[in-house]
Amino acid sequence: MVISINTFEQLKDACLSLNKQIYEIAQENMASEADITVEEVRTFANKSLFAMKEAIQTGMASKELSMSGMCGQDCYRVQKRYKSEHSMFGPLFEKILEYALATSEENIRMGKIVACPTAGSCGILPAALVSVSEEYNHSEREQLNALITAGEIGRIISAKVSLAGAVAGCQAECGVASAMSAGAVCQLQGGNISQILNAAALAMKNLLGLTCDPVAGLVEVPCVKRNPFLAVHAITAAELALSGVESKIPIDEVIDAMEQTGALMSPTLKESSQAGLATTNTGLAVRKQVFGE
Amino acid sequence: MKKSTLFDIISPVMIGPSSSHTAGAVRLGLLAKNIYKNTPKKVVFKLYNSYAHTGKGHGTEKGLLAGVLGLSVEDRRIKNIFDSDLAKQIDYSFEYYDNFKYHPNAVEMLFDGENKMFIAGESVGAGEVAIRKINDFNVKLTGKYNTLILVYKDMPGMISQVTSILQSKNINIASLICDRSAKGKEASMIISIDGNIDSGVVETVEEIPEVYFVSYVEKLEN
Repeated sequence: MVISINTFEQLKDACLSLNKQIYEIAQENMASEADITVEEVRTFANKSLFAMKEAIQTGMASKELSMSGMCGQDCYRVQKRYKSEHSMFGPLFEKILEYALATSEENIRMGKIVACPTAGSCGILPAALVSVSEEYNHSEREQLNALITAGEIGRIISAKVSLAGAVAGCQAECGVASAMSAGAVCQLQGGNISQILNAAALAMKNLLGLTCDPVAGLVEVPCVKRNPFLAVHAITAAELALSGVESKIPIDEVIDAMEQTGALMSPTLKESSQAGLATTNTGLAVRKQVFGE
Repeated sequence: MKKSTLFDIISPVMIGPSSSHTAGAVRLGLLAKNIYKNTPKKVVFKLYNSYAHTGKGHGTEKGLLAGVLGLSVEDRRIKNIFDSDLAKQIDYSFEYYDNFKYHPNAVEMLFDGENKMFIAGESVGAGEVAIRKINDFNVKLTGKYNTLILVYKDMPGMISQVTSILQSKNINIASLICDRSAKGKEASMIISIDGNIDSGVVETVEEIPEVYFVSYVEKLEN
C-alpha cells in the first residue's frame, strides 16, 4: 500500500503511527510505486552506493584536469598534506574533504559518479556517508538505510521545489545535498526521526539563498570546492541535532522559505552565469579563455 | 512535471559533469536511435542555446553521439567517444544555433541511412529529457515508459483498432498522444504503456494496412 507523503509532517506522522523508520516507509512506498519488491529497491540503492565508493577510489587516484583546465588537482593537494601532517579536526574531517573533492573532481573530468541529487552536488552525500561509516564501522545495511533516508528527504523537498540551479539556485542543489547528508549522518549515528528531520532543517536553513553563478557556465567553479564545504556543513547540522538542538522553524516551513527565496532570486544568479562569480574580472577572463567569447 | 521518486534522487549513476548537459544528451541520443530503430549511417546534430554555448565544456556533443551509438549514461566510453572505433561507423557533424523560441537545452537530430528522420528533443533538467518532434509530428517521449510510436493514415477507427490490440493483451495505457499533418493525411500516435509488450503485438499493429511506421521504444534503464 502506498502512503501518499508530500511533506515532512506526513512522513513523521507515518513513521510514528506505523512505528517505522524513515527508510522503511520510503523503501516500501518506492516498491509499491515501481511495482517491485523492497529487496529490489535496496538493490537499486546499493548500485548507487557502490558507484559512490568507486568514484571516491577513482577520484583519489587521479590528477587529471577538467576539459577547461580549471579543476582536477585539489584532492591530490589535500591528500598530500595529510600524509605528513594531520587535520586540526582529526581523520574523519580529512576523509570528508578528500572524498568530496575526489568525487566532484571525478565528475568534472567526465568520470562516473552518482547524481545525488544532481551531478554538481555529487560529492556531498558520498563524503559524509562513506567517511562516517568507515570511521564508525557502520555495516552496509546501515549505510543503505542512511542512503534511502537521504533520498526520501530529497524526494520530499523536490515535491515542492525543483532541484535545479536554474530554478532555485544552488540552495536547491548543493543545499539539498547537504540537508540530505545531515539526515543520513543522523540516521547512521542512531538519531531518532525528529533528530533526523531537525538535522536536515538546520542544514537547509543555513544555506538559503545560495547562488548558482558558475564561471563560464561550467560545473567547476565554485561547484567543486563547494562540495567539501557542504559535506562538513552537514556534519555540523547532524552534531547539533543529535545533541537535541532543534530548528525553531520546522523543516516544511524551511522548504517553503527556500521555495520563496528561490523564486525571489534574480535569474542572473540562477545558473545563467550573468552575475556573481561568473562576471568577476577573473570569471570573464576564464570564459574568454575557454570559449573564446 | 511528474513528481520525483526516491530513485530519481539517488541516481542516475552517470558520466559527469552535468545531468542536463551530459546525461540528458546521452538519453536524447539514445532515445532518438531507438525511435529510428537502427544506428544511422549519418547524423547531423543541431545544438541550440545553452547546449550550443556551453556544450563543449560539458561533453554535450560526446553525450549525444554516444547515445546515438547506443551507449547508456554510465558508460565510461563516453569520455573518449570521438576517438573510439564505434564512432568511426557513422558520419556525424555538429551545428550551433541561437533561437530564443527553443528550450535552453534543445537539440535537433537529422538521421540518414535506410531512411531519413528528423527528431528533436529537450533536456528539461536533472537528466530528464523529452523528445518533442519526430518528422512533422509533435510528440512527447521521456524514456520513462515503454512506448509504441505509430505513423498511420488519418481516418476513423484507427485509435480504437490499435488500442483494442493492446486491450486484448491486457496492457494498460499510461498516456496517449495523437497528432496529424492534415485531415486524411499522415498522423502519429504515441502510446506509453505500463509493463512490457511482446514482439507479437508490434507485428499485429504493423499488419494494419493503414499503418506506415511502427517503432517500439523501450524505457531507458538508467
